[in-house]
Amino acid sequence: MRRSPNVYIVLLALMPLLFIGNIAYGAVSIPLPLLWDVIAGNGEAPQAFSVIITGSRIPQALTALLSGAALAVSGLLLQTFFRNPLAGPSILGISDGANLGVAIVMLCGVGAVSSFGGYMAVVFSALAGALTILAVIIYFSKKVRSNVMLLIIGMMTGYMVSSAISVLNYYASADKVRQFVMWGMGDFSSVSLQKLPYFSAFLISGLAGAVMLIKPLNALLLGDANARSLGINVRRTRLAVLLCTGVMTAVVTAFCGPISFIGLAVPHVARLLCGTSDHRRLVPVTILCGACVALLCNMLTVVPGSGAVLPLNAVTPLLGAPVIIYVIVNKRNIQYFD
Amino acid sequence: MENIAGLCISASGLNIGYRLPGGRIKPVHEGMDFEVSPGGLTCLLGLNGAGKSTLIKTMCGIIPPLAGEVLIGGRPVRDYSHRELSMVLGTVFTGGTNVGGMSVYDLVSLGRHPFTDFFGRLGLRDRQAVADAMEAVGIAAKAGCYVSDLSDGERQKAMIAKLLAQECPVMVLDEPTAFLDALSRIETMRLLRKTAVESGKTVLLSTHDLDNAISFADTLIIIAKGRALACGAPEDLILSGAVADYFNRDGITFDSTTGKMGYSVSAGEVGISGEPSVTRWVSNAIMRNGLTPVAPREGMIRVECRSGNDIDIVLRDGSRVNCSLIGTVARSMRSLFPEEARDGKSLRGLQG
Repeated sequence: MRRSPNVYIVLLALMPLLFIGNIAYGAVSIPLPLLWDVIAGNGEAPQAFSVIITGSRIPQALTALLSGAALAVSGLLLQTFFRNPLAGPSILGISDGANLGVAIVMLCGVGAVSSFGGYMAVVFSALAGALTILAVIIYFSKKVRSNVMLLIIGMMTGYMVSSAISVLNYYASADKVRQFVMWGMGDFSSVSLQKLPYFSAFLISGLAGAVMLIKPLNALLLGDANARSLGINVRRTRLAVLLCTGVMTAVVTAFCGPISFIGLAVPHVARLLCGTSDHRRLVPVTILCGACVALLCNMLTVVPGSGAVLPLNAVTPLLGAPVIIYVIVNKRNIQYFD
Repeated sequence: MENIAGLCISASGLNIGYRLPGGRIKPVHEGMDFEVSPGGLTCLLGLNGAGKSTLIKTMCGIIPPLAGEVLIGGRPVRDYSHRELSMVLGTVFTGGTNVGGMSVYDLVSLGRHPFTDFFGRLGLRDRQAVADAMEAVGIAAKAGCYVSDLSDGERQKAMIAKLLAQECPVMVLDEPTAFLDALSRIETMRLLRKTAVESGKTVLLSTHDLDNAISFADTLIIIAKGRALACGAPEDLILSGAVADYFNRDGITFDSTTGKMGYSVSAGEVGISGEPSVTRWVSNAIMRNGLTPVAPREGMIRVECRSGNDIDIVLRDGSRVNCSLIGTVARSMRSLFPEEARDGKSLRGLQG
C-alpha cells in the first residue's frame, strides 16, 4: 500500500511539463523555437510574443499552479475536519460567501477593481464573506451532529447568499453585472505580474499552514476526544484549519472567481494515488495534484485551433464531476471516512 | 513494555454535568467520591443516562467538573497542559473515528504523537513501542492492513494498541466492548486486565456488560441517578446486595446466586432434580417461561433430568411424560401453566 514515492516522482515530473505546456500553448500560437528565445532572453523573438509570455502566460501558469494547490488542500482540510467526503470550499458555501463579498465591492462599491486598492478591497471583502460563512458552518457544526445535515446547512446558506447576490445584480448597472458575471466564470489570467507577489504570499502562507497542520490532522482522524488525549489542542486546531482554508479560498476566489470542483475532487484523487488517509503523505500529494489539475484545466480552456478561450468553470466540472461520482460509487474510497 | 509506576484517579465531592448557554446548569451526578487504583482493572457500570460517559469525559478533562476536582496522581486534571496530560492519560473513545483509510501500523503510530517530531515521524524508540504494542494485543500480523478491513474486534484491538503505544500510566476507555461479539468482548477485557496487572497501570473502562465486568474487574464502580457511587470488588458488591440494589427495576432483578439479571415475577414453582449440567439448562428454560425452579416436593409438577435426551416430567397425579429434548420440556411447561405463558412479555434473561 506504500505507493507514495512513485506518486511523488510522477507528479513532480508532470508539474513542470504542464507548466511548460501552459506557457507554450495558448490562444495565440507561438512557435517553440521563438518560445525558447523569449525565455532565454535572446532578443530575437518579436516583442509581442515576449509580452504574451512574460506578461500573461507565466503569471497565469503560476496563478493556476498556486490556486490549484490551495483549493485542493483546502478541500482536503475541510474533508478531514468535517469527516465528510463531500465537503469542499464550493459545497459548504464558503466560496459563495467570498462571492458575496466580491459582489458587494464590484456591484455596489466603486467598481474600480483595476486599481491596486480596488483589488485589495475585493480580497478583504471576499475574505470577510468566506470567514462569515465559515463561522456560520462552525456554529451549526456544534449544534448538529450529522454531517449530512451540516452539508445541507452549508448548501442552504449558499442559496441564501446567492439570492443576496441576485438582488445586488438586479440593482447594479449593466457593465458592472457583466464584469461580475465574467469574474464568476473563473479565470486564472486576472493576476498580473505586479499582483502576483501579493497573491502568492497569501497562498504560500496558507499552504505552509496546511503543512504545519499535518500532525494534528492525523490525530483528528481519531475523533476529537481521542485527539485530545494525544496532546492536541482541538479547539486551536479547528481554528487553524478554518482560518487556513478561509484565507486560501477567499484569496483564490477574489482573484480568479469561484472555481468549482478542484477543491472537492482533487483530495479524492490524492487518496486514490496514495492509498492512505495519512496526511503526512496526503497533504503533499494533494498540493502537487491540485497544481497539476489546475494547470491541465487551464490548458484545456483554450479550444484547439480556434484561439477561443472557454471559461475555467466550463472545464473543471468535466474533470471533477466524474471523480466525485466514482468516489460515491466506489465503496473502497468511502471507507476512508469509516 | 516500560513499567511505569501507576497513578490513581481520584475525586471527592465531585459534581459532574453540563454548563448550558445562558448560565444554566444541567447536573448529571453530584457528590461523587471514588478512587481508581493502579495494578487492576476497574469497570464503571451504570444504566443508560446514569452518567458514565459524562464521568469519563470529566476524568479526561473534556468536560469541566461543576464542583470538586478529578485528581490524577494527586494533581487536578485541569492543571495539566494538553501535552502533560497526554503523557499521563491515554483514552479510547469508541466511535467518531475515520481511520478506515489508514494501515493498522499508522493507526498504532498515532499513539506516539506526544513523543514524535513536528511532522509525526517515528524514531527508533517509537517504532519499538509501536511494534511492542501491536505484539501485546496480537494484531502484529495485520500491521499492513487497512483499518476498514478489520473486524470490529480487531479494530478495537488496534485502538488499544494505539493506547499501549502511548505508554501512559493511566488508561481510560469508553465502552470498548460495545459492538463486539461475545468472544471479542472476553478477549478485550482479558487483555486490558492483563495490561493493568502486569505493568501496574491504572485501567478504567465503562461497560454495559455486567457478566464480563463481574468476571474480569478487580473493582466495580456503579453509578446510578441520585445515589452515591458503589465501589468495591464485584464479589463484595454482589453479596452485600449493592449490585441488585442498583440494577433492580420494573421487576427485573439481579440474582446474587447466579449472577444473572432476570424477571423475578413467578407464575409458579417447578421441582427440578437430576444430573447437574442438565438441571442447569432445564432451569434456564423454565425460568424463561416465568416459572421458578426449586428442589422437588410432593404435589408439585416436577422435572427429573437424567441426561439431555432423557427427561421425565412428573405431573401432580404422578403420571410421567418422557421428553428427549429440553425444547419439548419448555413447550410442555407453557401448556401446563397456560395463562402466564401466554404473556408475550415473558421473561428473558437480560444478559448474553
